[in-house]
Amino acid sequence: MSTTAIPAGTKWWNGGRSPFNSSYGKVMMWYFLMSDAFTFGAFLISYGTIRFSVNDWADPNHVFNSFPFAGHANLPLAFVSLMTFILIFSSVTMVLAVHEGHKMNRKAVEKYMIMTIIGGIAFLGCQAWEWTHLLTGEHVTLMHDGTLATLATTVKSNPWGTAVPHDQVLTALQKTPHDQLINIVNSLSHGGGAHHDAAAMSHSELISTIQAADIHVNTVGRPAFGSYFFGITGFHGFHVFSGVVINIVMYLKTRMGHFDQRGHYEMIEKAGLYWHFVDLVWVFVFLCFYLI
Amino acid sequence: MSQHTISPEITFAPDHSGGTRAIWKTFIILSVLTVIELVIGLAIYNIHKGENPNATLVLAFKGMVCILTLAKAYYIVSVFMHLGSEVRNFIMTIIVPLALFIWFIIAFLWDGESWKNLRNTNGGSREYKPTTEQHHTVPATTEGKKD
Repeated sequence: MSTTAIPAGTKWWNGGRSPFNSSYGKVMMWYFLMSDAFTFGAFLISYGTIRFSVNDWADPNHVFNSFPFAGHANLPLAFVSLMTFILIFSSVTMVLAVHEGHKMNRKAVEKYMIMTIIGGIAFLGCQAWEWTHLLTGEHVTLMHDGTLATLATTVKSNPWGTAVPHDQVLTALQKTPHDQLINIVNSLSHGGGAHHDAAAMSHSELISTIQAADIHVNTVGRPAFGSYFFGITGFHGFHVFSGVVINIVMYLKTRMGHFDQRGHYEMIEKAGLYWHFVDLVWVFVFLCFYLI
Repeated sequence: MSQHTISPEITFAPDHSGGTRAIWKTFIILSVLTVIELVIGLAIYNIHKGENPNATLVLAFKGMVCILTLAKAYYIVSVFMHLGSEVRNFIMTIIVPLALFIWFIIAFLWDGESWKNLRNTNGGSREYKPTTEQHHTVPATTEGKKD
């Protein structure tokens, strides 16, 4: 990316010209994004501090291992790679829209803006599915009081502690109250096992059904895991959402010919900066929550 | 033609006459880097699955994905956001403040590490013995590993 040669001896700071050779709006968009980078940076570093300060943490490959319509297949990293590629590709269509804007090619700008908007909506859809999956997927967990219960991954509960050996599961099973046993048996049929009429079963029948299922049980994990995950991906998702809204406004303004009247497509460039920043943040969220 | 009309204060218009080759090239670079990251991520997963995970190897792989992520960030900012074609002074007003992150990351991760050590040793008053939390199956030797 070579720039036009700057005339030698250009007096940048003598007034009458932008010392940064850029418009006020674009410069301020950059500074806003820089401040936003510090906000996201602070969130991610705080997450890192907490994670470094404890002896155990949820393994992302166990938490994020599912894919829509794939049932209970163990597919670590698969869905999040799809989300990553959706966002990278929408960044490409955005930069193509900016490129066509420089050429004042309205039809092409409209086409690429539509593609970018679709990419953003697809990403949000993926995130909605992932959140729903975590918030509603219940896992059998060994609670602090030594009983078993079914927990979902929320901002307050985390079923992703360390694995519990089989004999301790059996001990805990004896202590588990009747209503929790019913919940556990019901969760077995969600997991693809045979369906049982749990409410009608006797206490010992419930226990023997659970024993026969050979369930995988973890201890209670740290609630900070869900708090950070939903907090940071939620804040990022909100940026994606506002980016989609901005892009829709830009698309409508393009369609109405506002930028042709103005004589330049700089607004598309500024919206593009914001959209690329959203992609940039995702690169780091992807690193911190899914890869390491 | 269009660029001159944004503002009379803009001295020269960046050259936009080029095609889309640079964009597609960057897209391919970003995709390849992501695929490499995924391969490393799966390698870490398989190491963890095996007996006696090698903590040093895992740490090395994690360092590699961090470096690849920085490379991706560079390409997004420099090519997609066109920062690479701005005036040098302007680039510096963005990049120099971001150098704060160097202190920020080191200081706070160090803090977390120190916090863990203090808790594990009751503020240094006893030797660190890997927690024998009652339901732990992790072998004691891998307990203290950074994760």
